[in-house]
Amino acid sequence: MVEIPAGGADAVPAAEVEDMELYHPKSWWTKYVFSQDAKIIAVQYSITAISIGLVALVLSWLMRLQLAFPGYFAFIDADHYYQFITMHGMIMVVYLLTALFLGGFGNYLIPLMVGARDMVFPYANMLSYWIYLLAVLILVAGFFAPGGPTGAGWTLYPPQSVLSGTPGGQDWGILLMLSSLIVFVIGFTMGGLNYVVTVLQGRARGMTLMRMPLTVWGIFTATVMALLAFPALFVACVMMLFDRLLGTSFFMPAIVEMGTQLQHAGGSPILFQHLFWFFGHPEVYIVALPAFGIVSDLISTHARKNIFGYRMMVWAIVIIAALSFVVWAHHMYVSGMNPAFGFFFATTTLIIAVPTAIKVYNWVLTLWRGDIHLTLPMLFALAFIVTFVNGGLTGLFLGNVVVDVPLSDTMFVVAHFHMVMGVAPILVIFGAIHHWYPKVTGRMLNGVLGHIHYWITFLGAYAIFFPMHYLGLLGVPRRYYEIGETSFVPPSAHTLNIFITIMALIVGAAQVVFLFNLIWSLFRGKEASGNPWRATTLEWQTPQTPPAHGNWGKDLPVVYRWAYDYSVPGAPEDFIPQTQPATAGLTREVMR
Amino acid sequence: MNVTLLFLAVIGAIIAWWMAGQRLTSKPWLEASPVQTATSLNDPAAPAIKVGLYVFLGVVGALFSLFISAYFMRMASSDWWGMPVPRLLWVNTALLAASSAALQWAKNEARHGRMEKLRPALATGLLLAALFLAGQIEAWRELTAAGYVLADNPANSFFYLLTGLHGLHILGGLAVTGRTTVRAFAANVPPTRLRLSVDLCATYSHFMLAVWLILFALFAGWANDFVDLCRQLLN
Repeated sequence: MVEIPAGGADAVPAAEVEDMELYHPKSWWTKYVFSQDAKIIAVQYSITAISIGLVALVLSWLMRLQLAFPGYFAFIDADHYYQFITMHGMIMVVYLLTALFLGGFGNYLIPLMVGARDMVFPYANMLSYWIYLLAVLILVAGFFAPGGPTGAGWTLYPPQSVLSGTPGGQDWGILLMLSSLIVFVIGFTMGGLNYVVTVLQGRARGMTLMRMPLTVWGIFTATVMALLAFPALFVACVMMLFDRLLGTSFFMPAIVEMGTQLQHAGGSPILFQHLFWFFGHPEVYIVALPAFGIVSDLISTHARKNIFGYRMMVWAIVIIAALSFVVWAHHMYVSGMNPAFGFFFATTTLIIAVPTAIKVYNWVLTLWRGDIHLTLPMLFALAFIVTFVNGGLTGLFLGNVVVDVPLSDTMFVVAHFHMVMGVAPILVIFGAIHHWYPKVTGRMLNGVLGHIHYWITFLGAYAIFFPMHYLGLLGVPRRYYEIGETSFVPPSAHTLNIFITIMALIVGAAQVVFLFNLIWSLFRGKEASGNPWRATTLEWQTPQTPPAHGNWGKDLPVVYRWAYDYSVPGAPEDFIPQTQPATAGLTREVMR
Repeated sequence: MNVTLLFLAVIGAIIAWWMAGQRLTSKPWLEASPVQTATSLNDPAAPAIKVGLYVFLGVVGALFSLFISAYFMRMASSDWWGMPVPRLLWVNTALLAASSAALQWAKNEARHGRMEKLRPALATGLLLAALFLAGQIEAWRELTAAGYVLADNPANSFFYLLTGLHGLHILGGLAVTGRTTVRAFAANVPPTRLRLSVDLCATYSHFMLAVWLILFALFAGWANDFVDLCRQLLN
């Protein structure tokens, strides 16, 4: 128990971290385009990520059209189909989810939530965005290059990815993809250094690590993971570029292509798989941890209740991050491996379920007897929990070698990873945008449009991916342009495919409602107050909404409490902002 | 991937050690006071840029440990013929070590605010690092002239790839050290402003020297003996 004498706490001076020299924009260009303000950079990141995400959405439509009506659309031939698959996967995982969570939400929320004026290295932060944009442009250039983008699958496994049988393998496609990823990693490192060091060194007075909102914990931990995991992707891409351009044999074995013996010999495709999945598996959690953090804050705020088990939530984030570096080979069961390794990786994979389950229980226990407001952020958070549990459970199946081997190349896996790292984090993104849009723009998003979008997206995504599990169990293979005549796929599977495609078209179209809402509300939305959700965290306590350059007025905020003082007994309101000192007479003993 | 896992274990230990000091077992819901400030905030020994450099070195370390992991995994195949280590590499190693030592000297001079000695120290460090790069390029030329070309053998490929990547990192360090040197030679720059820059240059240079020594041991084949020894011990 901490007892604070009346008035004593107020006497704390606000000066804390040496006030940073703030950069001041001198022209329209440096204010809105080449801006070094993290909030502008966040918006730039978000717009770019969502734009490229829409491209990926359209690609998924095209794929689904082919699966439902094979051969009906003349322009979708086998090559195009593989190109659509590859680009859809890569864009969604790297250029949309990673960029939006870390570059978008990270940039906007970290400085505001920890009480800093800006990121610690604003110039590197600006560069980070422009390099990311360059990476996106190089990626998009693949569509216009001779031979089109690569069709190697998002995992880019050699040797097929650089052979002429694969679209883009001997053309520009694979080169542009590898270069784009290398550029992305460089740009991300600049941003990532900012996010980590700002959390470490830029926190306001009183903001201990254990008082940080879980959103910051999630983004911070994910960034540390990304800084350690992305180099693996970098290494893999550089070495494959060498193989493709300079004739080395890092990954390329001796191979005969179209009757010609290639000059490669002795390379190890498995080496690439190790490197790729050493990045690829942590990547799942790089996307998931920010979502975990954000959802914790949404649930606590909109259920007006402190988060259940805050310490456990923090520890679980850290433990998940650590474990996710020793499970990568569970993506490689079908590549052949020593049974002892298989056992090891299956065990570590299943152990991750423990901290993850702790988080799910804690979200549910936070809701328990809470004052639940079914606002859109809350609805999206609930949808996330349901979807994530579903996707996580099938993950437990696939983590076992004996179950994974028969299911690995079926639609079951597609259903699993779309549920767990596709739909679930994107639901959080929608919830988070509904939650923080008033702070970013000063206006509320339209509720009616929001509900239309929510129900179609949530139920629609289930209609797409839930039946897909059955397709997988029937043995319908993934990555196939056309299933054709088989003895084991019944006609009902084709009907189901048509149903899934129609739902995918509807859900995709519903996203237009969301985009319209974003733009329409910017001009016509109801004006928001500074703290419309009556939340405790620092970003809602800024003197202006949207926050001005430098975030805070003359003095930086001082933090007196953790981020989850909701419905404290005896308090005049059902929330106490982190900046409010303990009042006289109301000691923590009473408040507990 | 053993090397990478070893590196991650070290990073993990550092993170665990750091977190142990962050009161992760505290109960924030029972505290209402501003006094629980993290100590690092007001610690003048750790400005943001310095922490930033350490985090960056962590990323560079991850990059090289992944390359070294790949090196060992690829080395296990039968088509690997080790390549000779040119004598020049010994000279280059000495140059890089001397450059690192000169920057350490510069760091000491900067700490004591002795500008007149700081300038030659910085210039020496810069020059020696530049000579190292020139030496590396000369070593490349010798090897290619002797017929050891990039695509001939995975050992060659790794040699050029790793020395090239290390050279690029040295080049980046040269750019920053060069800027610091120019500032040092400019009139009326207070030594206190320079102290931090010189400090960071020295740290980076030591780190790249350590990376080079590991790579050199790898190319010379000593690391292989060491790994063989470890394997025998494990079995």
